[in-house]
Amino acid sequence: MDHTTYSNAYISDILQSVKTIALVGASAKEVRPSYFVMKYLLDKGYKVIPINPGMAGKELLGQMVYASLSDVPEPIDMVDIFRNSDAAGPITDEALTLDPLPKVIWMQLSVHNEEAAAKAEKAGLKVVMDRCPKMEYGKLSGEWARVGGSTGNISSKKQSMHESGKMQSLGLAPK
Amino acid sequence: MSEQDYGFDTLAIHAGAQPDPATGARATPIYQTTAYVFDDADHAADLFALRSFGNIYTRIMNPTQAVLESKVAALEGGTAAVATASGHAAQLLVFHALLNPGDEFIATRQLYGGSINQFNHSFKSFGWKVAWADADDVSSIAAAVTDKTKAIFIESIANPGGRVNDIEAISEVAKKAGIPLIVDNTLATPWLCKPFDHGANIITHSLTKFIAGHGNSMGGIIVDGGNFDWGKDGKYPMLSEPNSSYNDIKLYETFGNIAFAITCRVLGLRDLGPAISPTNAFNILTGMETLSLRMERHCENTQKVAEWLEANDKVEYVNYAGLKSSPYYDLAQKYTPRGPGAVFTFGLKGGYEAGVKVVSGVNLLSHLANVGDTRSLIIHPASTTHSQLTPEQQSKAGAGPELVRLSIGIENVDDIIADLDQAIG
Ligand SMILES: Cc1ncc(COP(=O)(O)O)c(C=O)c1O
Repeated sequence: MDHTTYSNAYISDILQSVKTIALVGASAKEVRPSYFVMKYLLDKGYKVIPINPGMAGKELLGQMVYASLSDVPEPIDMVDIFRNSDAAGPITDEALTLDPLPKVIWMQLSVHNEEAAAKAEKAGLKVVMDRCPKMEYGKLSGEWARVGGSTGNISSKKQSMHESGKMQSLGLAPK
Repeated sequence: MSEQDYGFDTLAIHAGAQPDPATGARATPIYQTTAYVFDDADHAADLFALRSFGNIYTRIMNPTQAVLESKVAALEGGTAAVATASGHAAQLLVFHALLNPGDEFIATRQLYGGSINQFNHSFKSFGWKVAWADADDVSSIAAAVTDKTKAIFIESIANPGGRVNDIEAISEVAKKAGIPLIVDNTLATPWLCKPFDHGANIITHSLTKFIAGHGNSMGGIIVDGGNFDWGKDGKYPMLSEPNSSYNDIKLYETFGNIAFAITCRVLGLRDLGPAISPTNAFNILTGMETLSLRMERHCENTQKVAEWLEANDKVEYVNYAGLKSSPYYDLAQKYTPRGPGAVFTFGLKGGYEAGVKVVSGVNLLSHLANVGDTRSLIIHPASTTHSQLTPEQQSKAGAGPELVRLSIGIENVDDIIADLDQAIG
């Protein structure tokens, strides 16, 4: 499929259907985007499993860190890649050896790997490239509008609050 | 259904403006508050560190303002927007995000006189240098590029000259130089011109004018096109380098295609402080709901007034890009096919004195320094808005001594023409 634009429906379907996200390239540095995203996704109720060989066996934001995807002892719904475009190739290859297979390969802002995307799609996975799940969640939930973002949605329904009470959410908590 | 599928008027009314989550209020409430309680210490820490999207303090964001921002971003086709106290404040925040002391930017001479002042004088004390170029000669813009040039600034429809700029040709110069093109779209509004479709990277507005439309509220806005790579060469350190006032986060790396808007908010609004008042944001939102209806009438009336003036034998020339006689007629057909706005100038054969006589003689038109009101407005720039400029700068900016500027309102056009007729005498 074409990866230059994604419909709201495509992204929202992914964000509503996945529950467990392996975040490859997790960082303990509080100023890294990967840390922002991990904390945000945890706040939204996702289970986030950090992957970082240098921190394996330690905890990050209360979650056990693993050295690689293959070490994770439970099924992964989505692999979120916080590494460069070249590294996305072998990470996707490893993801495709998992049993059960993940449902989604998500590559972060500025990460593109067409070859990896094609392999994953051939295996029946959905692929998102060059996007950030925090920003996409923020757009779909309307939170983006709080910082002047154009959300991509209009609605005449009353906005509902996210169950955490922290954020507005249009029922975008994981299904 | 995504926003791209909705028409302009639907977006003008609904974009960003869902019913209020707390009360169900259908119109956007005026959130007249300075601050917002935190849920707990962790939530507060996340907000201050920019890990969460949410409200902290009205100098930086406000829910009424946020609706205005989302709406203008949607109408312009941008990714995000930041509203400010005035159009000038928007320009200040844009350049504050882009320039360091010693840096340069290029602006076209054919600009609103207030912007010429801001760039020539106030910006000098920040160490920001403006290089002037001629909007009609794109090669003069290219020739002004140096290794210190960080941006190009133009108006879509220039105030007050009734000219339309070749945005695509100028955007090619910007692309080649690897710098963003900023377009002040005040006089066009997104209903008449969409600069992002023609290669612009950042749009600014004085919302005070046609977008608010009723001459009652000041406001400005910056719209992020989300289409510029701020990280490629370290030219824009505020966006690409670690920011020590936010624990060394890199704003572009963290916020991607809304990073420019975020920078203007969390550094510009936070530290320079020109926040829009929630009440003004509300007034502007109310005006915006009828933007296309008003612009249609503004343009229809303006075309008739311009044609009437052109046929008047006391009038030496009329500068309106909707007239076939205008050198900008073809550009107007391309960039503003619904009409080249409602602000234009004409010259009186009687020179400076005749100009003063007309502004003194009007009864329906208002003699004041503004444009973009429901009311028709008139001014003689040489004795007012452009009086700080030298005569050469006045003429280069299209405001010679004989010149009168009109901003045509949405009254009955026959009444506007009758008033001008008796005032010209
Ligand atoms: C084209 C243009 N840009 C910017 C401004 C400045 O806007 P404000 O008066 O809201 O600061 C004006 C005001 O007249 C204008 O006409």
